[in-house]
Amino acid sequence: MAEFKLPKNSQIIEGKQHPEPKTNGQKKVFKIYRWSPDDDQNPKVDTFTIDIDDCGPMVLDALIKIKSEVDGGLTFRRSCREGICGSCSMNIDGTNTLACLKSIDEIKGDVLIFPLPHMDVVKDLVPDLTKAYAQLNSIEPWLKSDTPPAEGERKQSKEERAALDGAWECVLCFSCSTACPSYWWNGDQYLGPAVLLQAYRWIADSRDENTGERLDALEDPFKLYRCHTIMNCSQTCPKGLNPGKAIGEIKKLMLERR
Amino acid sequence: MSDSLKINNSGSKPRPLSPHLQVYKWQLTSLMSIGHRASGIALSLGTFLIVIWLVALAAGPELFSYVHQVISHWFGQFILLGFSVMLFYHLLNGIRHLSWDLGYGFDISTVYKTGYAVLVASLILTSITWLTVWFN
Repeated sequence: MAEFKLPKNSQIIEGKQHPEPKTNGQKKVFKIYRWSPDDDQNPKVDTFTIDIDDCGPMVLDALIKIKSEVDGGLTFRRSCREGICGSCSMNIDGTNTLACLKSIDEIKGDVLIFPLPHMDVVKDLVPDLTKAYAQLNSIEPWLKSDTPPAEGERKQSKEERAALDGAWECVLCFSCSTACPSYWWNGDQYLGPAVLLQAYRWIADSRDENTGERLDALEDPFKLYRCHTIMNCSQTCPKGLNPGKAIGEIKKLMLERR
Repeated sequence: MSDSLKINNSGSKPRPLSPHLQVYKWQLTSLMSIGHRASGIALSLGTFLIVIWLVALAAGPELFSYVHQVISHWFGQFILLGFSVMLFYHLLNGIRHLSWDLGYGFDISTVYKTGYAVLVASLILTSITWLTVWFN
């Protein structure tokens, strides 16, 4: 059963107000979720004010600025800073996205930053992705084929290759899965849009010979069919992909093969 | 859940759950979905009222005229208005869901267009229904 309220140890208390910088530049307030395993406090929201004239354009630039100039303890994942690694996914201004692709200018008023929703928090903006990765593993995201390739390699026509467009670009940031209310309430059984998009990527691959087995594995009231086409997933994807449509395609294939 | 999916918390205090409904922005996608569920529940409850009306009809003129009075009261009319809005919303949004089941209308721009269309069309159909009732 869905639990709409946060557990006691997860309720957010008032956090620290860091002093405003002395500057003539344009100021912007960032309210950032903090939690540390090293003390006995509940999560809190700290307030930072920074000079955005002296900062890169993206939310990730602001986080890095805060970490290096105000609070070195601020913890978040980041790597490529150009939307290709999928590390800096978080909830910014109410929706999930990659901090490196979200420009500060887009956000009116204060910038609210939380970890990906309804996940166990390791520290500050770092969610525990153990379960999500195990779910990805469960769909066996690799080419499975029993017959040897015909001419030394497995060739595809342009059309066959085009069937994978919109699926291979996924950077596994899990913005979509953690935007999905079904995944919030049933995430231990429902695979969620990110993993189902990957499942579809292998189902749609002309070189893969395990389509039937892959569909069998998804034929389950929870794994696939907890998707109620809410479409928060496709609305939030920072790469502009459409996991909701991929799930629809899997559901269609389930019917067509009956 | 299998052991491999369990989260290792060894040594430290239990991890908090990050906020979800509390922070996630309401948008047309999620509102239309929860609206579909809510209208479905409202319609199931409304079905009991229809049954009461039919039973009263079967029970004879006395009970039927009593039930008719209740329905004619402004509160009864208000409930009927609510029922008709829910009916048209659920019907039209149901068609939207059927088209998704057929594989159409998944682009986010289409999702928004059909979403607003459902909202506007349910209001129009409700208005037509009630104007027909009042001016007939």
